[in-house]
Amino acid sequence: MYKIAKENLTALFRLMAEDKALYLPVNNAGQVNFAAWTEDAEVDLDTLKSVKSPKDAFFPQSENLYTCYKDGKKIKIEPEELQHQNFVVFGMKACDVKGVEVLDKVFLSEPVDTFYAARRAHGTIVAMACHEPEETCFCKVFGIDCAEPVADVATWMVEGELYWKALTEKGEALTKAVASLLTETDEAKVEDEKTAIRAIVEKLPYMNLSLEGWNGDALTEKFDSPIWEELYKPCLACGTCTFVCPTCQCYDIKDYDTGHGVQRYRCWDSCMYSDFTMMAHGNNRTSQMQRFRQRFMHKLVYFPANNDGMYSCVGCGRCVEKCPASLNIVKVIKAFENQGGDR
Amino acid sequence: MQELINRAKELLANGTVARVLGWKAGDLPYNPEPAFFTTAEELDNFVYNGFCGANLSKYMIAASKLEGKTMVCLKPCDTYSFNQLIKEHRVDREKAYIVGVGCKGKLSIEKVKDLGIKGITAVSGAEMSDDAETLTFQTIYGDKSCAYADAMLERCHVCKGKEHMVYDELIGESKDTKDAERFAEVEKIEAMSPAEKFAFFQKELSKCIRCNACRNVCPACSCRKCVFDSTKFDSAQKANVDSFEEKMFHIIRAFHVAGRCTDCGECSRVCPQGIPLHLFNRKFIKDIDELYGEYQAGADTDSKAPLTNFTFDDAEPSIVTKR
Amino acid sequence: MSINNEEFRPKIVAFCCNWCSYAGADLAGSSRLAYPADVKIIRVPCSCRVNPMFILRAFEKGADGVIICGCHPGDCHYSTGNYYARRRMTLLFSMLDYMGVENGRTRVEWVSAAEGVKFSQTMNEFVEKIHSLGENVRLGDLRCKN
Repeated sequence: MYKIAKENLTALFRLMAEDKALYLPVNNAGQVNFAAWTEDAEVDLDTLKSVKSPKDAFFPQSENLYTCYKDGKKIKIEPEELQHQNFVVFGMKACDVKGVEVLDKVFLSEPVDTFYAARRAHGTIVAMACHEPEETCFCKVFGIDCAEPVADVATWMVEGELYWKALTEKGEALTKAVASLLTETDEAKVEDEKTAIRAIVEKLPYMNLSLEGWNGDALTEKFDSPIWEELYKPCLACGTCTFVCPTCQCYDIKDYDTGHGVQRYRCWDSCMYSDFTMMAHGNNRTSQMQRFRQRFMHKLVYFPANNDGMYSCVGCGRCVEKCPASLNIVKVIKAFENQGGDR
Repeated sequence: MQELINRAKELLANGTVARVLGWKAGDLPYNPEPAFFTTAEELDNFVYNGFCGANLSKYMIAASKLEGKTMVCLKPCDTYSFNQLIKEHRVDREKAYIVGVGCKGKLSIEKVKDLGIKGITAVSGAEMSDDAETLTFQTIYGDKSCAYADAMLERCHVCKGKEHMVYDELIGESKDTKDAERFAEVEKIEAMSPAEKFAFFQKELSKCIRCNACRNVCPACSCRKCVFDSTKFDSAQKANVDSFEEKMFHIIRAFHVAGRCTDCGECSRVCPQGIPLHLFNRKFIKDIDELYGEYQAGADTDSKAPLTNFTFDDAEPSIVTKR
Repeated sequence: MSINNEEFRPKIVAFCCNWCSYAGADLAGSSRLAYPADVKIIRVPCSCRVNPMFILRAFEKGADGVIICGCHPGDCHYSTGNYYARRRMTLLFSMLDYMGVENGRTRVEWVSAAEGVKFSQTMNEFVEKIHSLGENVRLGDLRCKN
């Protein structure tokens, strides 16, 4: 275990950014999101949750796949380069890290998504324990311990000092690279911090949320429930919940005509949008109720069915905070709990 | 609030309305959701407090197609939107039983959190019956408080007034919350140099995640299919590929509602990235007021909208360079 | 921003109404009045056919200036189309100005079928203006550059 004083963090960032790209929570026009570190970036490690989850670092909202252009009478295709520079994502929370684990299940299983795999191979995650969890948090429901994040490096901010502990080989390598700024220390203060965080977590309003009945086998029972018809009504069909979510992984592939070629790119898609999975024959989900149901069925039923019971929700609570109509996954789970799921 | 619930139960019982459109208590003290109620028991979850900012007019587009009347609770500013929808034949006045509800300014949980209040487990002072000037919060990090006005939505600081533009009956008192000039922010930007203006909007719009919440919540955005959702449209409606696309989206979004936007402020309320989207709409409103005469969309149901109207001696577009 | 005006050839899109301005452009041509080839004319049925999106699209795809030409107010083939266009364009231009786009990049000019001279003059002036403003960097899609 190492530590570094808070006022030396800028030196730490500068050192890391020397040969690597560094992404960390930055305040831009009043909102905190993960962004590349620069000398004049307004780094904000105190805000608990970035608006957008840091999944961007591995699965950007939009990325080019290849470009086609005319070369004489031939058409040339130029694939986009894969990530080859090492980078560090600093300040991810335990839930965000778990979110990446969910994405791994999707993108690293066959057929492997090479763009994502390259980013995973070159990225080092420095996670940070949640000093002050908020009322919208419910990561513990999914077995996540926000007091002890599991990543390449785990860090804790205690009394103006950042405690640093490498957990993997990548983490060790990073620690070695910045060792000149770290000093060795014992774990006593971190243990106290963990205890304090866990005590707070116990007091959070969503702590007793029960996932009973939500699993891969609950398909028809949940799918056919009349509750969805009631639940979806306030939904405005915007994509806020899906775009702030650390685990939503659906994407669309589109072409852009640049006037001198075509750029094929992919971008996040949202099951809330009317053109989601639109095909030549039309759309297989024709009502907002069906789209709404898709989101929660995917997170709590389809995903566990295909991934050994792993839910694709990590309880970060971003949708709880950001939904314009105050709908969210917690309300859905509670609605089924209260009504038994089959009226 | 109890008066509202009682009245709703009465209207349901005597068959005047088939359903009630209001707000249902959330699972946190500050997140009530818009909801339809059809029985007296369901109405026990009805809530109306400072966090009921959602403008229910938009839901009336769908409700107008349902069997029977809907009792809808509209705040003074929501009634402008409803009027505008009547004018555009998007809602059916006959299908609505409008209860004009009082308003003492609506709260923004984002503003509360910006004040450093987090871990909220209970709130008092947000109830409609309460005349308290302060909000007090029980949080897991101790008790906190703030002035009611400091937690108010931007739109309430420039409130259009306590009058309901359209209603069948009124329940509850409203309060004057206006303490800022409506066009002050717009004027501040107008006074900037082109480079500063550009930098300001570039910075704000760079946060846009293309979630379309501003569009979908807008009562004036009531097209069945948005131009940005067209598959023939080669700019993505859901990707922030290039900074140009955010600009185009936000200019067109505001332009499509120019002269129809009532300045209800829902776009800014729902933006997950806190982009002051009302600055676009309000710029159009200000220009319309200055060039074509004062106009408040939704103040009536029969006047001609500024962009479907003209006079022979309108200003030439070159006026932009002269002002 | 340093622009070498020797090399810089602005791309200019001119939306011309079918009944007046397009005919005006024809007259300019048949009268052998010169205007720069940087101006690309797009014929529209009426100036009020021009959707704000057309103008933004032109900028997106790399235009440095956009000019809309229609019949003189009062002379619209469809009676009132250009009155509506006038309001729309005023508001749009004002918004672009508000967002920091140089306000000389957009223009509306009324050109009748008999005004070949005015058409050629207007285009010369506009190209000159865009020349002085240089390349449009604030309102284009980067993917369309290079």
